[in-house]
Amino acid sequence: MKNKFSLFIVIIVLSFCFVIFYKGLNNSNIYEPKIKDKKNIPIFEGKDFNSNNYINSEKIFEEDIFYIVNIWASWCVPCRKEHPLLMELSKNQSIKLIGLNYRDNLNNAKNFINEFGNPYSQIIIDNDGALSIEFGAYGVPETFIIDKNKKIIRKFVGPINQKIVKEIKLIIK
Amino acid sequence: MKILKIFIIIFLSVGFSHLKSNEKNNELKSKILKNIRCLICQGQSVYDSESEFASSIKLIVEKKINEGLKEEQIYEFLREKYGDWIIYDPQLNKNTYILWLLPLLLFLFGGTIIFKKLNNQK
Repeated sequence: MKNKFSLFIVIIVLSFCFVIFYKGLNNSNIYEPKIKDKKNIPIFEGKDFNSNNYINSEKIFEEDIFYIVNIWASWCVPCRKEHPLLMELSKNQSIKLIGLNYRDNLNNAKNFINEFGNPYSQIIIDNDGALSIEFGAYGVPETFIIDKNKKIIRKFVGPINQKIVKEIKLIIK
Repeated sequence: MKILKIFIIIFLSVGFSHLKSNEKNNELKSKILKNIRCLICQGQSVYDSESEFASSIKLIVEKKINEGLKEEQIYEFLREKYGDWIIYDPQLNKNTYILWLLPLLLFLFGGTIIFKKLNNQK
């Protein structure tokens, strides 16, 4: 009786380990930070891309509309892929796009904008990547949706696509 | 001459205390960076990584230390931005209870079995 009970316990423990490891095999081992709650936008002061003047976040996000913050760089290949979609989104009157130029050469960034068009109502220079960290980003491109209460409600890692554009349009409706 | 001596002593003591505080800050910076996971080269610490993300984090950590933030406050800032996973040393919370308590429970369970067996042999 005692032996049978021990065998039963061993089988249960082994089955438990098997299920855990089997499930673990199917999980992606790449971690992506997710937004659990609506987070307030960070308070910061950044350099304007065009005027080179310092501007604070309250001034950037002063209107009572939805904002999209897009982190981009001229050296980032996926940014070129998503650029036409950002141009499409910029036509929407109920949102404003704010660009965060991440660790870039200013001349290259200006050439990029001249070549592909400017979807942003304002571009802030993020030379050392510190502003992107404040937003909770860890690469380029990344896109954040900010609601009328100035809270980050959605985050997209990597280039946006048609499906994401549709989702953004639904959110801002 | 006496004034010159006093001046040199003050100058040296200020210089040494500055060097000492710099050394202390560098030690703290290295300690924190070794405990932060790089999200780009996952599996490497920010201290070892040369990615863009890691160099930005290095700058931020240095800035926060210079602002006078404590080690735990810097971890809290990073946790708020990226979640618990960014810190190698996991905190005790509702998601990590099993991680922290299971080894202790197994130890107690094993200990009880050994204790019982030894008692039976006697």
